[in-house]
Amino acid sequence: MSAAATKVFVSGNDAIALGVRLARPHVISAYPITPQTTAVERLSEMVEDGSLKCEYLNVESEHSALSAAMGASAVGARTFTATSSQGLLYMAECLHYASGGRFPVVMMNANRALALPWNIYNDQRDSLSLLDCGWIQIYVEDAQEALDMILQAYAVAEHPRVLTPTMVNIDGFVITHTYELVEVPAQADVDAFLPPFQTTNKMSFEVPTNMGFTATPAHYTEFKYQQHRALLDAAAVATEVDRTFGQRFGRAYGGLLEGYRAADAELLLITLGSVTGTARIVVDQLRANGRKVGLVKLRYLRPFPAKELAALTARAAAVGVLEKNISLGYEGTVFTNVVSALAQAGQNAPALNFVAGLGGRDIAKTDIAAMFDRLAAAALQPPPQRVFFINLGVATDEPDQTA
Amino acid sequence: MIEVRWHGRGGQGGFTAARLLGLAAALFEGRHALAFPSFGPERRGAPVFGFTRIDDRKITDRSAVTACDFVVVIDETLAGPRIADGLRPAGKLILNTAEPQKYAAVAAGHEIVALDATALARRILGRPIANTAMLGALLAATGIVRLDSAEKGIAHELKPKIAQKNIELLRESFAAVAGRVAA
Repeated sequence: MSAAATKVFVSGNDAIALGVRLARPHVISAYPITPQTTAVERLSEMVEDGSLKCEYLNVESEHSALSAAMGASAVGARTFTATSSQGLLYMAECLHYASGGRFPVVMMNANRALALPWNIYNDQRDSLSLLDCGWIQIYVEDAQEALDMILQAYAVAEHPRVLTPTMVNIDGFVITHTYELVEVPAQADVDAFLPPFQTTNKMSFEVPTNMGFTATPAHYTEFKYQQHRALLDAAAVATEVDRTFGQRFGRAYGGLLEGYRAADAELLLITLGSVTGTARIVVDQLRANGRKVGLVKLRYLRPFPAKELAALTARAAAVGVLEKNISLGYEGTVFTNVVSALAQAGQNAPALNFVAGLGGRDIAKTDIAAMFDRLAAAALQPPPQRVFFINLGVATDEPDQTA
Repeated sequence: MIEVRWHGRGGQGGFTAARLLGLAAALFEGRHALAFPSFGPERRGAPVFGFTRIDDRKITDRSAVTACDFVVVIDETLAGPRIADGLRPAGKLILNTAEPQKYAAVAAGHEIVALDATALARRILGRPIANTAMLGALLAATGIVRLDSAEKGIAHELKPKIAQKNIELLRESFAAVAGRVAA
């Protein structure tokens, strides 16, 4: 850790902007949307006051924001954009373009619910509905991790074996608009950790190359296979980047995931994002009462840490997945991914899916304690259903929903 | 952990006060704090909330504040019958009013700490913006953060043009309430 690091009391959006400035992007293109707005406002102020030397493009839509970032990335520039919710959906076409073109754009997404009904509050259905767009997806727990993961995101995305755009997801309002203590690393340390972006995948007069082209059935599959391999390889890169970051700055986050009191836990709850912090308190309280409970915080959803997760769940008698998301008509997407990982590892402990926090609804500590109670019951007698809407406010003919 | 709920109207600086309190604890007392507004759209004049959590260790609780130790009311017109909802039994209600006797019923048995902060703000700032005055009243009534930390917080955070006057207002408000508490 550097002596020159400074402590500030800022919002999550401010922390993102501070992280981006430290990363020295050449081009930022963005369109404001609640609750991301103050992040891009801060960045535009930094450009205006000269503390961030970069080209800031105030574009007319999210589709253009990512298109412009891609164009800049295609000449070898380090680029940043930011969005949320409907804005992310409006970008959807370009998300696939950026990953297919192997442009390592870094983007902040302020997780927010999707219309209809219109709702500007936090949940994670925006990014999770786009899990298949070929981007690396990171979820953070607090403002410090948000800043740190912007820096790590560039190191991972721009790695020659990876060259894949990366989305840093931060819970809307809950983190974007909460002020807290954040340590801002010194610029010199960041420069040493994150050297300038170098790539051969760029437009060049010296080495002219064809970019953004068409591929027929004869070649298309091979491009997709290379993307797939790059994302799989990103797992080891991300783990190494987190380790290196920890050595330099004194903060490491466990790589792709973090176990919390998980080693001897009989009941494990899997979380992502800010609710992890609340769940830590519940785990501590239940542990103090002798309950063997623990957490696994998923930090990366792509690449998905299947093996690392299975190593932590191997001894669990029941596993729960708490997500602010539902793939309507089936189950939560995180749950589907987790259950697949457990099945690959030959584990068959009962697994329950807790759908909570949709559209900004609070997730209380008592709600999380009740999830552990359900897991304890499931360990003895698996229930007939496995998807539970927490604090459902309407009558239902599914008896387990109201238990 | 100490939890404070702030009541104001959009434009009165209620959330700024919540933030200044957290900032003072975090940057000038080596403690940890979270400060957040009521999430969602903001409109001038509409009732808004601010929240401050303070602890000696890192705060990871991201659930809503449902119970609190102190309620600070910056705008007297918001001191309705439910103003003390969620206030813990030993909690205090810090009210910006010249007529505290009017609020005995809504305080529901909690101690009322009253200060005519708007009058003080008019005199010192020349404007009826009472957020830093109520921060001074809160600190005098509770001691949850030192006065000098709050002064440093204001100097650190507010524009130089208004910082000095606000520090003066903070000190006078603190003294007005501290004098009464000591007596």
